[in-house]
Amino acid sequence: MATTAATPSYEQTGIWSWITTVDHKRIGALYLYTALFFFMFGGLEAGVIRWQLAQPNQHIVSAELYNQLFTMHGTTMIFLAVMPLSAAFFNFLIPLQIGARDVAFPRLNAFSYWVYVLGGTFMTLPIFFNTAPNGGWFGYAPLTTLPFSSGLNIDFWVMGLQILGISSLAAAFNFITTIINMRAPGMTLMRMPVFTWMSFVVQFLLVLAFPVITIALVFLLFDRFFGTNFYEIAAGADPLLWQHLFWVFGHPEVYILILPAFGLVSEILPTFSRKPLFGYNVVVYSGIMIGFLGFGVWAHHMFAVGMGATADTIFALTTMLIGIPTGVKIFNWIATMWGGQIRFTAAMKFAIGLIALFTIGGISGVMHSSPPADLQQTDTYFVVAHFHYVLFGGSIMGIFGGIYFYYPKITGRYMSEVLGTWHFWCTFIAMNLTFFPMHFSGMLGMPRRIYTYDAGQGWDTFNLISSIGTGLLILSTLIFVVNFLKSRKSGEVAPGDAWGAGTLEWTIPSPPPDYNFAEIPFVTSRYPLWDLKHPERTSGIAHSAPDVMTITDAHATPVHEEMGHKTAAELGIPMPFNTVKPLIAAAALVAMFGGLLFMHTNQFAVAMTITIGSASLFVGTLYAWLTSPLE
Amino acid sequence: MASAVAEVHEHTHYTTTGLDNRKVAIWAFIGSECMLFMSLISTYLIYKGKSIVGPFPHEAWTDPSGHVFKPILNIPVTSQSTFVLLMSSLVMVLALAAVENRGKPGYQGTLLGNSKLWLAATAALGATFLGYQAYEFTSFVHEGLTIHTNLFGSSFFTLTGFHGAHVTAGVLWLLTLLSIDIKRGLTPKDALLVDICALYWHFVDVVWIAIFTLVYLIK
Ligand code: HEM
Ligand SMILES: [Cu+2]
Repeated sequence: MATTAATPSYEQTGIWSWITTVDHKRIGALYLYTALFFFMFGGLEAGVIRWQLAQPNQHIVSAELYNQLFTMHGTTMIFLAVMPLSAAFFNFLIPLQIGARDVAFPRLNAFSYWVYVLGGTFMTLPIFFNTAPNGGWFGYAPLTTLPFSSGLNIDFWVMGLQILGISSLAAAFNFITTIINMRAPGMTLMRMPVFTWMSFVVQFLLVLAFPVITIALVFLLFDRFFGTNFYEIAAGADPLLWQHLFWVFGHPEVYILILPAFGLVSEILPTFSRKPLFGYNVVVYSGIMIGFLGFGVWAHHMFAVGMGATADTIFALTTMLIGIPTGVKIFNWIATMWGGQIRFTAAMKFAIGLIALFTIGGISGVMHSSPPADLQQTDTYFVVAHFHYVLFGGSIMGIFGGIYFYYPKITGRYMSEVLGTWHFWCTFIAMNLTFFPMHFSGMLGMPRRIYTYDAGQGWDTFNLISSIGTGLLILSTLIFVVNFLKSRKSGEVAPGDAWGAGTLEWTIPSPPPDYNFAEIPFVTSRYPLWDLKHPERTSGIAHSAPDVMTITDAHATPVHEEMGHKTAAELGIPMPFNTVKPLIAAAALVAMFGGLLFMHTNQFAVAMTITIGSASLFVGTLYAWLTSPLE
Repeated sequence: MASAVAEVHEHTHYTTTGLDNRKVAIWAFIGSECMLFMSLISTYLIYKGKSIVGPFPHEAWTDPSGHVFKPILNIPVTSQSTFVLLMSSLVMVLALAAVENRGKPGYQGTLLGNSKLWLAATAALGATFLGYQAYEFTSFVHEGLTIHTNLFGSSFFTLTGFHGAHVTAGVLWLLTLLSIDIKRGLTPKDALLVDICALYWHFVDVVWIAIFTLVYLIK
């Protein structure tokens, strides 16, 4: 078997087919490559930051450039790396996990991707011209209003985030519809794989949280471009308006970042423990609970602004409360491994790494949920340690695990386990070397966002260790890159069911044909493939008898392993046409925002020409798009 | 097997809930829009009474030079435009019914079944509302309130402007449906197209009710 080369069974090749693709798997792959690129880029920015801080009183970069570096590092990692990496999995996996042939709106999906790439480029390029955003990833107004930040820097940030928000929202409408409406017969909500469930919760968070930051950004944009007073203190504006709006979005955002990783490990752990997820219902309900509570804790980012005892107490309590559903998941995962026959693959190592490291970050989170403690910790490196344990230790570890796990499904080849193991241990050690000392430098009073510091404050050693750790992290990421690229060509060939897993995506060939399922399966339990191959594992979970299924609905067939390599045409499956319209619409949208920049260089006519021109192009393309048939 | 599979594809419109995808998506979209308007309205309310200089919405204001500014909001005029927008929702319902029931007794060839008329009327009422808004905005500017003047001006024009932009998009959408109806006639099969437009239109109306109550009526 290992001798036949795995060629993707896509019917089309060539660069144009990628530019015009509307296939959710190809779009997922595009998201993956692009987001990994931005992940490296953000990592290099972090490298420069840590180089600068390795020793006291260094001047490798100027204070001004340092501000741009930490702003772009945070913005890149959150909006251009982790969110799109999650989106890569949403795209690739959701239709496969629910037994669908594509997402609900394939062209809208392509549009989301192109808006993301172009918006990300728009925001990233200025760093080469020393005009990158420099107000921090949370861009506090009034600091970011015109009187205090007059360059184009903040304009790039405001417009960039506005553009990226459109991409996320469009994708969220798409996935909500897909999950609600495109499930195979028998795939009830409580049979959906946990990754799909967590993604479902994330889409609701996106839909409800992004409009809030959109409005906060609109206010900032209007203040900067049209002279409104939203953040103008002299006109009586509330200096906390931005902070409230931002964090009403910002806290749900951190769950947008972590829940997909939680979903991924909830697929990996059962597979390699060879038993069903412990307490599926609890994992699902706690995910929903996190989603709800996530909207009620935002002001824990504002304990230091003096909201008063009542508000502080309420937000402290809700924050402590949200630790419970989060902690519950940890116990579910541990109990899943308990008594299982564990296989320590690279993916499994990263999943276990998530459990260990996220727990540390969760604990420091609960520490600063107490306002008196937080007053000591806020704006110090302690908080930096917290959010790197949850984001790197949580999201990134989970995503790496997901990449090792799903690489065979995406490419038809395994990644090297040897290199994977090296990658894991290097990352695990380097990650702790980098971020653990920050707990101490923070507790010793080292503030965030200073470009250098004096010797003799007890911070020197901790900073040096952090910087050495960062060097090692960059190295371990290189191991990953080598593995990723090499395995693409020479990795061991993977069968459809690459790991002996239990869910639908493993019943079809690797890589899947462009139509996914030759026959839409009907589902009678949570682990349909295990029912087939390892019924002893699933004897304890609920099943429905096949005969009660309403299989006539979609002419579905029982779950089976598909081995065929027929084309969509041979099977008579209509596929959506490729189209370049989503790309044109995305480009017009980005140009529409970009044009406004010329207002700040006093070229009003140019600004209006570009903006109104691209707006017309956008509307025109939209009409052409909506009136042309999908398939 | 191939023939059995080919047969499946005559049923590509199978969905889990039985609803069309576009209908599910528009509900998700409306949920998102709720948060958008909630943020705008909350900001307006937070900034109510916080403006340092006038003019103000409900009270007169005398500037240091002794010039007296009238209260800005003109409730009688806006009540008219609110009525117009509410009526447009009613007519929208008739438009949808006309398309859904095309060819049925009582609709065939009657006034009730004239979808073109009802679509045009909805769009016209929406446009009338926008006309009122244009009049309102220009007269406020003449009375000395611009988007720069104070917190009230900034938050008022942004909130109502956003709503106006939504109405404009709705009018364009209605006109698009109207042109399809004129070109090839909308049939009950196309009812969904009108249905999702109607959902959006009613939503925009409901938002206006909230704005009218919170911004105009409550002092
Ligand atoms: C156990 C659950 C958690 C609790 C109780 C918690 C609590 C907190 C608190 C109180 C702060 C404010 C600290 C300060 O600025 O003084 C904070 C900051 C932060 N948290 Fe968490 N957190 C939790 C989980 C997470 C997760 C899952 C993520 C993301 C994956 C995350 C990301 C962040 C980030 C990015 C910040 C810093 C924001 C900034 O100031 O730039 N947290 N957390
Ligand atoms: Cu938070």
